[in-house]
Amino acid sequence: MNAPVILDRRQMLAGSGALIVSFSLRGAFAEEQGAPAAAAPSPPGSLKTSPYLDAWLRIDADGAITVFTGKAELGQGFKTAFQQIAAEELDVPFASLKVVTADTRLTANEGYTAGSHSMQDSGTAIQHAAAQARALLVAEAAKRLELPAENLRTENGAVIAQDGRRLAYADLVAADMLHVQAQPTSKLKDPATFKVMGQPVPRVDIPAKVTGGVAYVQDMRLPDMVHARLVRPPSYGAELTDCNSSAVEKMPGVVKVVRDGNFLAVLARKEFQAVKAMRALAAAAKWKESARLPKQDDLLALLTTQLKSQDMTILERGNPSAAGRRTIEATYTRPYQSHGSIGPSCAVAQFVDGTVTVWTHTQGVYPDRQAIAEMLRMPPANVRCIHTEGSGCYGHNGADDAAGDAALLAKAMPGVPVKVQWMREQEHGWEPFGPAMATKLKASLDSEGRIADWNFEVWSNTHSMRPGSAGSLLAAQQMAEPFPVPAPKPLPLPEGGGDRNAIPIYTFPNAHVVHHFIPEMPLRISAMRSLGAYHNVFSIESFMDELADLAKADPVEFRLKHLDDPRGREVIEKAAQAFGWHKGQQASQDRGYGFAFARYKNLAAYCAIASEIEVNRETGRPRLVRAVAAVDSGQVVNPDGLTNQIEGAIIQSMSWTLYESVSFDEVRITSIDWQTYPILRFDAVPDTIEVHIINRPGKPFLGSGETGQGPAAASIANAIANATGKRLRNLPLTRKRIKDAIDA
Amino acid sequence: MMTLRVNGYEYEVDAEPDTPLLYVLRDDLKLNAAKYGCGLGQCGACTVMVDGKAVLSCVTPLVLLEGKRVTTLEGLGTVSEPAPIQRAFMEEQAAQCGYCIAGMMMRAQALLQRNPKASDDDIRAELAPHLCRCGTHMRILRAVHRAARLMDTAELSPSDQRGAQ
Amino acid sequence: MTKSRIIGGLFAALLVGGAGVIFALTWRPPMAAIDPPSARTFDADLVRRGRELAAVGNCSDCHTTRRGPNFAGGLPVPTPFGTIFSSNITPDPETGIGRWSEEAFRRAMRSGVDRGGRHLYPTFPYDHFTHVSDEDDRALYAYLMTREPVQAPLRDNRLSFPYNQRILIAGWKLLFLRRDAYQPDPGKSAEWNRGAYLVEGLAHCGACHTPRNGLGAERATATFAGGDVDNWQAYALNAQSPSPVPWNEDALYAYLCGGWHPDHGTARGPMAEVVSNLSSIPAGDVRAIATYMAGVFGAPTPDRQRQGEAVLAQAKSESTVASEPVSEGAAIYAAACATCHESGRAPPYGGINLAFSTAISAPDPRNLANIVLSGVRPVEGERSPIMPGFAASMDDGQIASLLKYLRSHVSKQPAWSGVSEIVEEARRTQTAFLQTAAGPRNAPADPSQRDQP
Ligand code: FES
Ligand code: FES
Repeated sequence: MNAPVILDRRQMLAGSGALIVSFSLRGAFAEEQGAPAAAAPSPPGSLKTSPYLDAWLRIDADGAITVFTGKAELGQGFKTAFQQIAAEELDVPFASLKVVTADTRLTANEGYTAGSHSMQDSGTAIQHAAAQARALLVAEAAKRLELPAENLRTENGAVIAQDGRRLAYADLVAADMLHVQAQPTSKLKDPATFKVMGQPVPRVDIPAKVTGGVAYVQDMRLPDMVHARLVRPPSYGAELTDCNSSAVEKMPGVVKVVRDGNFLAVLARKEFQAVKAMRALAAAAKWKESARLPKQDDLLALLTTQLKSQDMTILERGNPSAAGRRTIEATYTRPYQSHGSIGPSCAVAQFVDGTVTVWTHTQGVYPDRQAIAEMLRMPPANVRCIHTEGSGCYGHNGADDAAGDAALLAKAMPGVPVKVQWMREQEHGWEPFGPAMATKLKASLDSEGRIADWNFEVWSNTHSMRPGSAGSLLAAQQMAEPFPVPAPKPLPLPEGGGDRNAIPIYTFPNAHVVHHFIPEMPLRISAMRSLGAYHNVFSIESFMDELADLAKADPVEFRLKHLDDPRGREVIEKAAQAFGWHKGQQASQDRGYGFAFARYKNLAAYCAIASEIEVNRETGRPRLVRAVAAVDSGQVVNPDGLTNQIEGAIIQSMSWTLYESVSFDEVRITSIDWQTYPILRFDAVPDTIEVHIINRPGKPFLGSGETGQGPAAASIANAIANATGKRLRNLPLTRKRIKDAIDA
Repeated sequence: MMTLRVNGYEYEVDAEPDTPLLYVLRDDLKLNAAKYGCGLGQCGACTVMVDGKAVLSCVTPLVLLEGKRVTTLEGLGTVSEPAPIQRAFMEEQAAQCGYCIAGMMMRAQALLQRNPKASDDDIRAELAPHLCRCGTHMRILRAVHRAARLMDTAELSPSDQRGAQ
Repeated sequence: MTKSRIIGGLFAALLVGGAGVIFALTWRPPMAAIDPPSARTFDADLVRRGRELAAVGNCSDCHTTRRGPNFAGGLPVPTPFGTIFSSNITPDPETGIGRWSEEAFRRAMRSGVDRGGRHLYPTFPYDHFTHVSDEDDRALYAYLMTREPVQAPLRDNRLSFPYNQRILIAGWKLLFLRRDAYQPDPGKSAEWNRGAYLVEGLAHCGACHTPRNGLGAERATATFAGGDVDNWQAYALNAQSPSPVPWNEDALYAYLCGGWHPDHGTARGPMAEVVSNLSSIPAGDVRAIATYMAGVFGAPTPDRQRQGEAVLAQAKSESTVASEPVSEGAAIYAAACATCHESGRAPPYGGINLAFSTAISAPDPRNLANIVLSGVRPVEGERSPIMPGFAASMDDGQIASLLKYLRSHVSKQPAWSGVSEIVEEARRTQTAFLQTAAGPRNAPADPSQRDQP
């Protein structure tokens, strides 16, 4: 179990290279050919884009089974979940499998590991591939035993006949057996017979992480590797006017100073030598900076009036001019927020014989490969990106940029492995932030206290500036011959970006939703866990409480009154009941209760959260006392993993919601460490968090990694309103803002 | 050259005296557990034990360590022979990305060695210097409580004694 | 801030006059209990005014414990004579001041006597509060009576005989308590007078910053010459100020509002709580305090002015540490401190240039020891400076050599004596303070960056 992940892969390459290469070439071929021709109903999940079964599964002659996923383990624990799925559908013991994650030479192209898609895309593909592989093995056994397939069963990695004869998979498998295209449908196991799926199997990656095994790209050490440190510009657009690096080059251990336009780095034999050299180099570098940032204290005006937007009506239901008897309006804002990974971004790269290999914690090895290849002006086939875990990223942080940095530096040091480690200030100052957003809501109630009409407008930048082209990488932007930043685009619905979850799940007779897409980006931004859903759900679910208040209705009852979706209703009821929510409840002194609900993207997991908050009236300081969540993510693969994700989502969202905002002046980002970008610490950790899972055996997997962000935020805001009688609409809901509201 | 005692072994380390312990552990001794998070003493990811006390290795230069005993997570136990604190974190599945966890475990270990009966408040207060971005806090707390129980009931295994050196 | 200051020599006071005489002179009748007035009976503006005054008086710092309810008391105040616990000043009728009339409250403020007629220990600084105007007492009363009542019985003080005899307090009062209202100085500006009223009265700055005599009273002849609190040194705020760069009104104002100043560093220890409170009161009052205190400091002598300018000039020049570190202290400084203190990043988030450090130029190294041991803790969820503590990574000997090195290299002052003992004592006492006090309840540092979206 302690086997280092990276060594694993390398051993595998060394040990059984031939087999893999032949497989992978075909796999890659299939992938580049696009979807199979003329297959009318396409197979499920990522089998659509990578239809060959051997892109997902390999059974060796010695019985070893390997599962391949194009998704990256980011700490969500799905490597374990995939192993469970494959073990279940193949009927082999859990421990007999190995999972290989995103690697452009080994695994299918599954794009990004994002949007809570891993279970839906990759999990589904693996499930079906495994089921179909099992059927092929059974068919082969039927042929050899001369028995009808129906009379055979599988168990423990073997096909077994009624008379007790058994053929191990290893004996049945033939070289090309799995190199077939997936069928549109598979004979999946009856959930009632599940042995591994649905069980809280311990995660495979945890033992190494709690004993100091090699677990992260930061832990990689290749022979003769050198350490690189960057000197990033002090601000966006700063130009390096002068840098006399001769003294730095003479510092102990320094191997090279690399300068390419505004890209500046130093390489040294030992890590701390690199750090010291970086400091000296930073002192020697002279920059010309320019004031190009907006005022941070009026983001609302910036978004809604100063920056140009492209306006799209994304929902028009009923009569837009309908109005009920009592109308209210509200405006909500969200600041720029930081991914704030605990481990700053890191990558290792090596350039050998015209090929560069990059070990990276990117969320998308294929798009990253594309971008790096373009930056280095090399064919993509000569770039290999291997996903290697990093610290949790929660979206597009500095990972891809660090990969680009490493690749550029590796090319400057042919043959030598180069490790790039960003410093804390670089991560905070240069990562692409979660974009600032504003929403304006207006709705009215009819005489029965129902919502008669609903108007929702959201202003936001794009939520994805992920690579795919070189211009997305910092290094490529800073080179002497820079690549242009690609034009930002809105992500299309139904998933959406800034408008993710902007369309209400509730059944309002008249509704009007507008997305104001803002192409111009004063700050560097990209995808952050749940994208626009965080703010949209915060707004919708806060406003639902404001309307419930107007209707003098209980917030839970009020939501149920407007919701038809039966699974949504069940999740709401479950959370309310487990929390002890009841009509007319009264929290004790200084406390308040809040409730919120959403279905992520209106198509993934359902999540309802009830919170209890305590507010110190003298200081304004809020404390989440407890939270109770209910979640429906379809068929559950690993309940403990799911619980872990939801617990984490609530705590992280609480930190975003109560504390976090990126700060800047006209020139520089000023939140560049944990002093200036404070996040939750242990003194504010809740007493308890409960997660209740509603399992749906046999139903499709629904992504759940991001479903908690919006509901957690709104339930906290609603609880604060309940505790103080004051409604706060501008994130973050800081102590100071709460205090000012109380004192007002 | 300086002699550094880590996990019961003595190493001759060829590093400048101002080198933070973190870099010596990771770069010279090739140990993985202590993590670089900020290098500024703000996050706790780099925590190890020095003479039984939790110390931020990123702001602890070599020059302070003459004659002292350094313990890292590697020195507590292994996957096959985990120390109680490691068993507890595995049993509680107390990690998401896990990047912060080694530091948390070292401070918890130091706390429990000093005060095996640490209360929930004690544990929360002790862990205040540590950040976790994944939001694994509830599990971390549970794991530390579990470790306290395990240490209480379990006989000290050889690996614990190494940790307690 | 008078937490750890108990009055020495109470016993001696007893000898000044016979107990019977004292009794006759100092007996105070109980005052009638009232029914707790409803919060609604108080004018909202009066309550708001009271909130600001309570911040000026730092009421919450002594009357609230870490994690405890607001104003419910129970903070242990260690003294040479034993431990005194602060009282519950919430309007709880049984355990707080819910049954106190405004008159009873005012009597407590003016003469240190509770509603029942008991003399209160002067850890409650009524020797300053006697200057507070009726109007301000009314506002404070309104504010406290509209707080959340908390049932929290008074904890018994742990004092040995004879200090547990409250009659001694009466004797002390006879000697040291002057019950005079504040008299404005017509020769000074309104702002100055306002500052004087706040500083000498409610803000009770002298309680920490003025040394005490053998009987534990502030020495009238040495006001603001520096005192002690919670094992921290409260620096002299007069001409003897140890600050390398002389203070002026603007610097004081910025420091008191924002919690730091580029030429003086960041408030920490008990002063962090004070600036945390001052950051929430009207700027005009802070300005008035700064005006008055600038007068107390006085204009620097030409000599001192020159020295200050030299320090500033030197700090602006390129980094001074170039030569190979020779002593152990120098090596520790270069390796453990310089990364932040010479990072070139502006304070408060970059370490202060130590040439400006008052702690290094102070008469003894206590504050420096405290800060090296404990660092500066982050304020929950708010932008605030962080410094890691070195208690676990440096032993006493290493800290002592660091302190000695800093003193000899950074400060112009003569070497300290007894450094090792002070470091040992600092290690013993620091934890107690940090664990019980509520600490700064908000982060005043760099208000320009706070709470912006
Ligand atoms: S890396 Fe040492 S405290 Fe952050
Ligand atoms: S588990 Fe990821 S930072 Fe703590």
